[in-house]
Amino acid sequence: MEKSTERFPLAHVFGFVLSLVLTFVAAWVALEMNLSFTIVMWIIGTLAIIQAGLQLFMFMHMTEGEDGKVNIINIAFMVFCAVVIVVGSIWVLTSGHAAH
Amino acid sequence: MGIKWDEILITGDPIILGSQIAILLTTLGIIGGLTYLKKWTWLWREWITTVDHKRIGIMYIVAAVLMFFRGGMDGLMMKAQTSRPEMSFLDAQHYNEVFTAHGVIMILFMAMPFLIGLMNVVIPLQIGARDVAFPQLNALSFWLFFSGAMLFNIAFVVGGAPDAGWTSYFPLAGKEFSPGIGNNYYAISLQIAGLGTLMTGINFIVTILKMRTKGMTLMRMPMFTWTTLITSVIIVAAFPIFTVALALMTFDRLYGTHFFTVAAGGSDMLWANLFWLWGHPEVYIVILPAFGMFSEIISTFSRKQLYGYKSMVVSIVAIAVLSMLVWVHHFYTMGSGALVNSFFSITTMMIAVPTGVKMFNWLFTMRKGRIKMTTAMLWSLAFVPNFVIGGVTGVMLAMGAADYQYHNTLFLVAHFHYVLIPGVVFAVFAGLYYWWPKMFGFMLNEKLGKWHFWLFVIGFNVTFMPMFFLGLNGAVRRAYTFSAESGFAPLFLLSAIGSVILAAGFAVFCYNIYWSIRYADRNISSDPWDARTLEWATASPVQHYNFAKLPEVKSLDAFWYMKKDNEGLTLKDEEIEEIHMPSNSGLPFLMCVAFGIVGFFLIFEWHLLAAISAVLIIAGLIYRSFDYNDGYHIHKDEIKKTEGAWRKMEGKVNNHVS
Ligand code: HEM
Ligand SMILES: [Cu+2]
Repeated sequence: MEKSTERFPLAHVFGFVLSLVLTFVAAWVALEMNLSFTIVMWIIGTLAIIQAGLQLFMFMHMTEGEDGKVNIINIAFMVFCAVVIVVGSIWVLTSGHAAH
Repeated sequence: MGIKWDEILITGDPIILGSQIAILLTTLGIIGGLTYLKKWTWLWREWITTVDHKRIGIMYIVAAVLMFFRGGMDGLMMKAQTSRPEMSFLDAQHYNEVFTAHGVIMILFMAMPFLIGLMNVVIPLQIGARDVAFPQLNALSFWLFFSGAMLFNIAFVVGGAPDAGWTSYFPLAGKEFSPGIGNNYYAISLQIAGLGTLMTGINFIVTILKMRTKGMTLMRMPMFTWTTLITSVIIVAAFPIFTVALALMTFDRLYGTHFFTVAAGGSDMLWANLFWLWGHPEVYIVILPAFGMFSEIISTFSRKQLYGYKSMVVSIVAIAVLSMLVWVHHFYTMGSGALVNSFFSITTMMIAVPTGVKMFNWLFTMRKGRIKMTTAMLWSLAFVPNFVIGGVTGVMLAMGAADYQYHNTLFLVAHFHYVLIPGVVFAVFAGLYYWWPKMFGFMLNEKLGKWHFWLFVIGFNVTFMPMFFLGLNGAVRRAYTFSAESGFAPLFLLSAIGSVILAAGFAVFCYNIYWSIRYADRNISSDPWDARTLEWATASPVQHYNFAKLPEVKSLDAFWYMKKDNEGLTLKDEEIEEIHMPSNSGLPFLMCVAFGIVGFFLIFEWHLLAAISAVLIIAGLIYRSFDYNDGYHIHKDEIKKTEGAWRKMEGKVNNHVS
């Protein structure tokens, strides 16, 4: 708030455009290229992780925290949520009846 | 685009025609009234464009009370339909629409805004701040909620109501089995309202972490502030899941993708999974602020510090973590296997531990306290045993194996009403009676309050207690009728009678508001309950800058010690400084309109119109990016005048405790 913020937000615009590009590439790979299912999954999975990393640095102020402890709590919380949602969903949806 | 004009308004049903006429007349009445009384500019300047957290809070509460009325009417309609076997008041389709509307409205448009409204009014005051961290974002949160809520509410007269339950499970909710536009309302309007909630979560995290007054360390924060902080963290963790799930649902329904449709490799169970990954944390989002309010009220009216403050904090944090780890208990019967079900049974039962700790803390707070039986305190007292019934039946449902018996019966419906009504509705009533004088400068009538309390609590138990037994006898939920041979008739009738008593309680509540606005004593002190936290250290109703001089905190229950040590209560002229405040803005309201228009077009699948009007939203965002308005300053003279007015007044409270 104190600092003047009337500078052009270059990093944000760049991150935004790059995110769009990554998304469209993923859609293009899945819809237009005739690759096997596993290869498509690997490619779009990789693109998704790159995009998540990109957003963390471009928008989520990963590198700007003034206080190390707060940053560690934030990252731990983030990892916890991601693991619960992703690993949890895969576990729940692929065991039991779904496994047969 | 093929707009079918004749299908926009629902026709051919007398109840709906009646509602359409009523809605039209009310709208005309409001417009006419405002014009006649020349209140348009007042409405725009004082309320619609406001960024004051107290006013935003009040608007949330007003909207929530209206939504409670709507959701309650839906509840009564269902109770009327099942009061006798083979009733033909609502047909099956209509019943489906009504329980869907009831569930969504009660949770998302009644419980959430009611709690967020009280949070808005109280939290900045409790931490000794002048506003939330992002006042204009706060207004946007409200207006997005309002936009989503209004869209959802017109569904039943315009285009058709959603009918797949508040959970909207696939495949039923998909295009194949629900071809109408009804379920588009669910996807789009909840999306818009959910954005607002997410912003509220972020706003309150920053507010509480960054804007506490001097001396208020984390461990000196009032319990309501703590629970709001943790609630906001859960909102930020859970709501994005719902955002994504709803977006995928929208793609499936509007653009023919197959995320949740089994055709072409989608997974319908993925919806249930994502829904409850958000849905279970959501129930803790509504319960935790309520816990905080009970803590404040019990401590105030027992005239004691909250017992076991640290263990309270630890248990809220534990509940927050566990709440993310239990979602599968909503669909054990999906058949994920013994290992998955056992894991989630255990995590679910573990939640009972921190909740139990809190229960004992409240009881020990009251032990040896000098308890004052105000209406707010009565609600808090009734909460304890009623919520325990909900909790114990919850532990029964937590056992995966046993749940195969209870699943989808009225036992479950009784359970979650025993959690949600004592946990949320009792809490917001308690909070409303408690903080009403802070908001408006007069009290709600205590005698009517007690009528309201007894009718509501008795009615609630008579309505929902029979449902436990109906469920155990095999009555399923979401069924619009039952046969005489089933033997369910007496308990269903008893339950219906209970809901009439419940409704009478709500009517007394409405009358109480009316009575108090007209007749209540305006000459009351700014601290009528002899309370303990900082919101009572300033005027009632609170002046728009909250505090002329920011209070300094030296311990828990700061205001209590300020009164006891007679410290920091006075204001000297030389202490007054100019105060910087944010300016009002019409942009949040315009965004509400823009989102409403885009949402409406999307719901009707008029894609071109939706794309064109989406420009409005983007224009709003761009405008905001270049908005460098830095707010304004309040002059010393004005502050001196305002402060002089309330500090001199030695109002006594008339019989606030019977
Ligand atoms: C005020 C009195 C209330 C009455 C008379 C009432 C009555 C009912 C009834 C009859 C059902 C449907 C049972 C069935 O056939 O499956 C129901 C479902 C439900 N109620 Fe209430 N209720 C009330 C308050 C509330 C409140 C305060 C909440 C939440 C804060 C709530 C949340 C729900 C939900 C989520 C459902 C499930 C909807 C669905 O099946 O999709 N109710 N209620
Ligand atoms: Cu749950």
